[in-house]
Amino acid sequence: MTASAAAGLRTGRIVVVGASLAGLRAAEALRDEGFTGELTLIGAEPHAPYDRPPLSKGVLSGRLNCDHIVLPRVRNIDARWLLGTPATGLDVPGRRVELADGRGVAYDRLLIATGTRARPWPVQTGGRLDGVHVLRTREDAERLRGALVAGPSRVLVIGAGFTGGEVTSSCRELGLAVTVTQRSATPLASALGGVIGRAAADWYREAGVDLRPHTTVRTLEGHPSGRLRRAVLSDGTTVDAEVAVVATGALANTEWLAGSGLAADHRGVVSDAGCRALTADGRPVEDVFVAGDVARWPHPRYPGQLMRLDHWDNAVAQAHTAAHNITHGPGEQLVHRPLPAFWSQQFGRYLKSIGVPALADQVVVTQGSLDRRQFVATYGLHGRLVGAVAVDSPRVLDGYAALVEAGAPFPPVLGATDGPAHLDPVDAAFPGRAAGSTPDHALSAPAPTAHR
Amino acid sequence: MTTATTPSATDLFARALRYENRADPYPHYARMLRHPVARMDDGSWLISGYQEIRQLLHDPRSSADRLDPQNKAPKAARSLLLQDPPRHDQLRRVVTQEFIPRIMGMRDHLGELVARLLDAHTGTGPGQLDVVADLAYPLPVTVICELLGVPREDEPLFGSLARRLTRGLDPVDTQTEEELRELDEARGELINYLEGLITQRRTSPGDDLLSGLMFHPDPDQVMDPIQLRVTLGLLLIAGHETTVNLIANGTLALLRNPDVLARLRTDPDLATPLVEEVLRYDPPVQMSGRSALADIDIAGTTIPKGSRIRLMLAAGNRDANRFADPDLFVPDRRDNAHLGFGGGIHYCIGATLARAEAQIALAAIARRLQSPRLVTDPPPYRENAILRGPEHLVVAFERLAPDSAPAA
Repeated sequence: MTASAAAGLRTGRIVVVGASLAGLRAAEALRDEGFTGELTLIGAEPHAPYDRPPLSKGVLSGRLNCDHIVLPRVRNIDARWLLGTPATGLDVPGRRVELADGRGVAYDRLLIATGTRARPWPVQTGGRLDGVHVLRTREDAERLRGALVAGPSRVLVIGAGFTGGEVTSSCRELGLAVTVTQRSATPLASALGGVIGRAAADWYREAGVDLRPHTTVRTLEGHPSGRLRRAVLSDGTTVDAEVAVVATGALANTEWLAGSGLAADHRGVVSDAGCRALTADGRPVEDVFVAGDVARWPHPRYPGQLMRLDHWDNAVAQAHTAAHNITHGPGEQLVHRPLPAFWSQQFGRYLKSIGVPALADQVVVTQGSLDRRQFVATYGLHGRLVGAVAVDSPRVLDGYAALVEAGAPFPPVLGATDGPAHLDPVDAAFPGRAAGSTPDHALSAPAPTAHR
Repeated sequence: MTTATTPSATDLFARALRYENRADPYPHYARMLRHPVARMDDGSWLISGYQEIRQLLHDPRSSADRLDPQNKAPKAARSLLLQDPPRHDQLRRVVTQEFIPRIMGMRDHLGELVARLLDAHTGTGPGQLDVVADLAYPLPVTVICELLGVPREDEPLFGSLARRLTRGLDPVDTQTEEELRELDEARGELINYLEGLITQRRTSPGDDLLSGLMFHPDPDQVMDPIQLRVTLGLLLIAGHETTVNLIANGTLALLRNPDVLARLRTDPDLATPLVEEVLRYDPPVQMSGRSALADIDIAGTTIPKGSRIRLMLAAGNRDANRFADPDLFVPDRRDNAHLGFGGGIHYCIGATLARAEAQIALAAIARRLQSPRLVTDPPPYRENAILRGPEHLVVAFERLAPDSAPAA
């Protein structure tokens, strides 16, 4: 290790691959931490960093133009920007990033923040048809917006997770007929379980959505012209639709790391708790860091697994942790241990979550009630509070955050004035688990991930 | 053990309330912070730590009912400040929906009001200005009267009632019998005035906030005649007795930090973070209160169910565990999540308006007053401990220049 590496780096060359939320905030944080050297941001997309959450909401419904979603800058970062130039390779021992245009960029420290992309629909079952969309980038949103304002007779949304729900909600705002297929019994089931999922199913139905639970799409079929014509569902029925939106999750952008020796695959890049990338055999790489949606790391609060959070808050927090650790010596390293938090807006409701509801075995409503607009539900695992979800009552959730942080007993004794007289927890009803059982992925499988 | 060098929480709270310490209660808050959660002799709890206050402001186990034995009003007849969910949420929804649209796009108008108030003192030579009486006080009074639709000629009456009522928010044992009697009188006068206004609107509604609240289409039917009057009283007091102190405290900070004043003069955008720092460093609302709906484990101790809780917002704003150099006034402080507007479901509804009024007023002071200086430092303070601020803030200047730049 060089002297400068031992002391943390304030000069030299830092390269950030990925010019979205995590990359930008990390670059700003590096300057805040006193880094005065050469800073380069590499982005696959040609745009200045922009905010993605509005894409599925304001942009689709037409309230916001894509020119208005540029991320605000916290400070001047005095960086070299290489936008529209995807990274195609990484030479870890040679400390060099290779770009699609053939250039190479040398670094002393590297931050990987390449994020994820929408999982595409398979080509064999209609993925190339005109009218089949995903939603991740500005271009995706503009294309989809164009298809929606053309007034299709029906939109098919595949997947009723957070993105699926927000897209569906925007389509209904535009007055479009929508069919939604969902593999499990209810929307949001994998993130929030079937109890809250049943409440969400009511939101869909009240909004006039044709919701098809326990249903997947077998194949998408087209006209001879190559335009989408209809979907054949797993129950044998068909749905005629001119637009389909595939909202079935995300894949990590790690192809460019093939052959680098880093532990990277479609699930993400593995790092240690201090954001240092690990090699395939588990050794930390001293000069390569990871942050944002692409990162998988051992969160100290949730031992025995690797966690990946595609949450807006985490992208910012992890960017700060990585920037701190890049610029500080061994005695001053931070551990990345945020309390997960995310939000969603759908069907006129504002939903916010803290902790990891998907870890829970039980759930109980502690304020409001599921059939009213506003409620808070808390999630427990083995008698401890592990998460909470608030619908249309975001201001109370910070209070629950402290209880989750403290591992408070579940069900929590709150005495809330708008809560039920008696708390009666029920099985949280996560798909693929026997009633009352603990999560089967607690030890090996990928950690629960959720939207933003 | 209580000794002369380690006063009890009860002592510290009493010292912070004492009028002789009004100009600078902060050393007493600093001593409170050594025990961020402390039980007082009367069984109530004194919370001074930032994280602990934040937690209790957001905690579902916190009730906004202060358990104040002096408050004999039936629960339904209390303002939303003292209500819990679900009634609080229903009331707040009505007020928010009527109030927020009426304050949007108001900045230009605020700029005109500030300009008009300062123009009265424009001249070519040296002079003096009482920033409280001449600017910080009339600005928010005019704004709230315009919003509510109070006729301009009633503004002085309306304003003086608010001043007299504000004292009623302080802990009752700090008030004399005389003061309590005077408060009752003021309450009666306000009720009479508001009833008259309501009756008048009932027959000829306008597009003002009062008419909006009266005729709001509300499935919950929460805004009955008594609640309407209570809500108006709240908007009246909360709407400007706080803002007057924000502007005055901000002016004081500027005059005590001439380098900051000079920066604001050349960089009016500094007003945005600067007002946040005033809200942290010297907040208009010094403390708030709650009660415990269940046992609350916090900071290694347990606040038992049913306890009264005093939240020392101004102390939390000086907590060194949260803010670096907490006793320094840093006009462009980053990550400044102060407690100046409270937090949780009772977070100040008027925050946006208060911010705008203070930003515009302070920027105008910096822009137009040449060589301003405090005539008395510290200035005389009002009696009020909770809504704390100067009684007068007399500023001498070489010249009060006519306005050259756009106010907003």
